[in-house]
Amino acid sequence: VKMDGQGVAADPQLQQFIEVESQKQRFQQLVHQMTEVCWEKCMDKPGPKLDSRTETCFVNCVERFIDTSQFILNRLEQTQRSRGSFSETMSD
Amino acid sequence: MDSFGSDFSSGAGSGKMDTGSIMEQVKVQIAVANAQELLQRMTDKCFKKCIGKPGGTLDNSEQKCIAMCMDRYMDAWNTVSRAYNSRLQKERARI
Repeated sequence: VKMDGQGVAADPQLQQFIEVESQKQRFQQLVHQMTEVCWEKCMDKPGPKLDSRTETCFVNCVERFIDTSQFILNRLEQTQRSRGSFSETMSD
Repeated sequence: MDSFGSDFSSGAGSGKMDTGSIMEQVKVQIAVANAQELLQRMTDKCFKKCIGKPGGTLDNSEQKCIAMCMDRYMDAWNTVSRAYNSRLQKERARI
């Protein structure tokens, strides 16, 4: 850590570390979130193992969740471009 | 829980605040925070699945249910982690 008045952020190794760990955390957070949401959709009564139908449901759930997220972003971008104003879009 | 693995092999154990030991400490704290988050959500889900009307104690069937639920939640977590990772690889390959 360079104690030269610029602080810890001046250390490139630390900077890269922060970026890498932040990205890992975003991944972890989404896994937590999707596991929770998909558990509600896919899990009946917890059994002695995860059967293949349930496992497939989880995989589909992840894919559809990401599709939904992308769809929302894309559509929002489209409606903003054609309307030019977010508040107009929201008053529909 | 392999994605929780924090590296406990310390480098120079002199205790001074160098970049290496800061990074190791942060990694440990992150791993702990992730474990806590997992446990919190697991507890919530398994309570919902296994406990009906709360009685005076956790009876045997409730305990068995919770134990199975914990394992299934971990299976689910790992499945989601793998599926998400695959999807990210696919997305990166497109760019």
